[in-house]
Amino acid sequence: MSRTDRHDEDDGAESDFGAVADGLTEDPDRFADDDRDPGRSPISGHARNGRIAADGGSSSVSEFQQMADVSMTDAERRRQWLDEKILAPARIVWDDWRARTGVLVVLFYLFMGTLGLALITEPSPNQGGYLVGAFRTLEFPLGTTASGVSLLSQTVYATPSMLTMIASGAVFTVCLGTLFGTVAGYKGGTADSVLMVITDIMMTIPGLPLTIVLASALNIKGSPVVIGVLITVNAWAGLARAIRSQVLTLRDAEYVEASRIMGMSTPTIISGDIIPNLMPYITMNFVQQARAVIFGSVGLYFLGVLPYNSVNWGVMMNAAVNRAGATSSPAAFHWLLVPMVTIIVLALGLTLLAQGADRIFNPRVRARHAETVASDDEAEGGI
Amino acid sequence: MSHVLKRLGQSVLTVFVVISASFGLIRLLPGGPLAYLRSQAIQQGGSDLSMAEINARIAAQTNIAVNEPMYVQYYEYMTAMLQGDFGQSTRYGDPVMQIIGSAIPWTVFLTATALFLAFTIGVSLGAFMAYKEGSNFDVASTGVGLVLNSTPGYVVALLFISYLGYRMELFPTGGRYASELTVGFNVPFLLSVLYHGALPIASMALVGFGGWALSMRGNSIRVLGEDYLRVARLRGLSTRRIALRYVARNAILPMYTGLMIAIGTVFGGAVIIENIFAYPGVGFYLIQGINARDYPLMMGGFIIITIAMVIGITVADLTYGILDPRAKGGGSRESY
Repeated sequence: MSRTDRHDEDDGAESDFGAVADGLTEDPDRFADDDRDPGRSPISGHARNGRIAADGGSSSVSEFQQMADVSMTDAERRRQWLDEKILAPARIVWDDWRARTGVLVVLFYLFMGTLGLALITEPSPNQGGYLVGAFRTLEFPLGTTASGVSLLSQTVYATPSMLTMIASGAVFTVCLGTLFGTVAGYKGGTADSVLMVITDIMMTIPGLPLTIVLASALNIKGSPVVIGVLITVNAWAGLARAIRSQVLTLRDAEYVEASRIMGMSTPTIISGDIIPNLMPYITMNFVQQARAVIFGSVGLYFLGVLPYNSVNWGVMMNAAVNRAGATSSPAAFHWLLVPMVTIIVLALGLTLLAQGADRIFNPRVRARHAETVASDDEAEGGI
Repeated sequence: MSHVLKRLGQSVLTVFVVISASFGLIRLLPGGPLAYLRSQAIQQGGSDLSMAEINARIAAQTNIAVNEPMYVQYYEYMTAMLQGDFGQSTRYGDPVMQIIGSAIPWTVFLTATALFLAFTIGVSLGAFMAYKEGSNFDVASTGVGLVLNSTPGYVVALLFISYLGYRMELFPTGGRYASELTVGFNVPFLLSVLYHGALPIASMALVGFGGWALSMRGNSIRVLGEDYLRVARLRGLSTRRIALRYVARNAILPMYTGLMIAIGTVFGGAVIIENIFAYPGVGFYLIQGINARDYPLMMGGFIIITIAMVIGITVADLTYGILDPRAKGGGSRESY
């Protein structure tokens, strides 16, 4: 659509304004009609009358001038917001067994990393006997290490730093990947070329070896936030590529073109028009990156090439193999198995959550679960 | 043609950037590698070593002539690297190129075999799951795929080495081949290579195929619903032709980017697995270099891995046009 077309349309709408206002007052039936239909959407406003008008019905109301036909109190508004933004996604999650399992697993780990610290005693040497097997005693349900440290308390006390690391790595990747991908895809031209050359270079460098080399050359300390960023130091490049190709399909969409013609700034368009459309994809990638951070960090801690401040799951595996020969001696095998199962369960939870996230962001599925929004089928049935 | 040139130029640029960055890491960090190498040289040579001799030793190891001005150092470092001289390992005393060069074929053997197995099994399984969508087989395979996809390769490797390696003693727990055999194209040697590579390959392939199967399943189901497939059936084409040329080809295409990234990991992806099985590949030497603070081996190894990866990805990228003609010529877009 060209500029002049749009301009004409705007003028037309303006001149209509008076007529529309009259139309509203002239038609008292409108409100009575609404009361008979409890299934309509209060906040979306133009549940039925707007539709009729737009379809060329008897009313002369233009779609642009249709006003919300009900006023809402603040409490109602809040309740509606709660329903649309929180309860509906929660219901979707609960409906799907994969998402439900994923959420429960992640919540369990969050619980372990916060309240778990208060419930379980801090790990210390000689808490119990040496190399007590798993599920042998009630005092040490997961057994003990070669120096008598309870594996359960080690696992629990490793959780906060692991969660911090996972979050920092995932946030870093997603932010940088989204920034590069959206700007390159939307701006096009030189900006695109320059950003994509940088992205392609980063993408070609092998990730784990780069992390290892940087960690040993940079002399970094063991802060989990820094390690998380280091693990994902070039993971953002793949995400930027993928997001760019999605933006390419959005940049010429009508509503984006409209914003551009209205003279909105590039950051406004990207954050207001482009990114909301990519949210499902970005969320899925956030969860997948979280999984990648766990795999990478635990693997490198296991090899003993990353610095650390406190014990974590990878360091536990390293100690099990190097100090007790857990791979060759069955007596110490539980020491290796406990952190491995911990990692797999968390990774599985995140995978399931990623699959569920896809459904949360699907507007059709969400509308079906929101009580305050009438679904399309219902509205049409009412008419 | 310009597309090919552009792609090649970009690959050269990548190598250039990585080598420059390695120079920066070695040379510019205060208290970093260079200071360590100097103190090591003093320790080894005793107090009678003159400053010039120490510098000469560092220059042989890292290709950095410390007493020259910075730009000369950089120039000499770059030219040495581009000529294939990656310095000398302080731990093994051999040129880095020789150590890593002899290790690369072994790493490629492991990871390429594992990737090939994972991809073929995954794609066939995924296609089969899509045809049987909703059946018990489909549900069970999806579950197995999810669990395997959530398991890191090194966990499987540790389970394999402790059960199949140490307890049941079915497989060797280290090395590339039995040491008493003569190296060459003879049957016992090749069998020994396969025998030693079996567990590392299996642990990588096992965690890999689940992901391929799941994405192949999703893509195939999408393709099966397309209109052009109905047209193909109406034209009376054979089932085989439809399955291979219509469904498989269109379902695999979106996975190509993932495959390219996976090819990229062929050279560096086995770092952890190689160390678990004490398999002297590139990743094994990389970690050896790190643990011994052998900076030439570490940096040289990293650069060689990167160059190998750049070549792999460039080839994969340039051949993509053959698979999907639409990808040729990116075209220029309007800039906003």
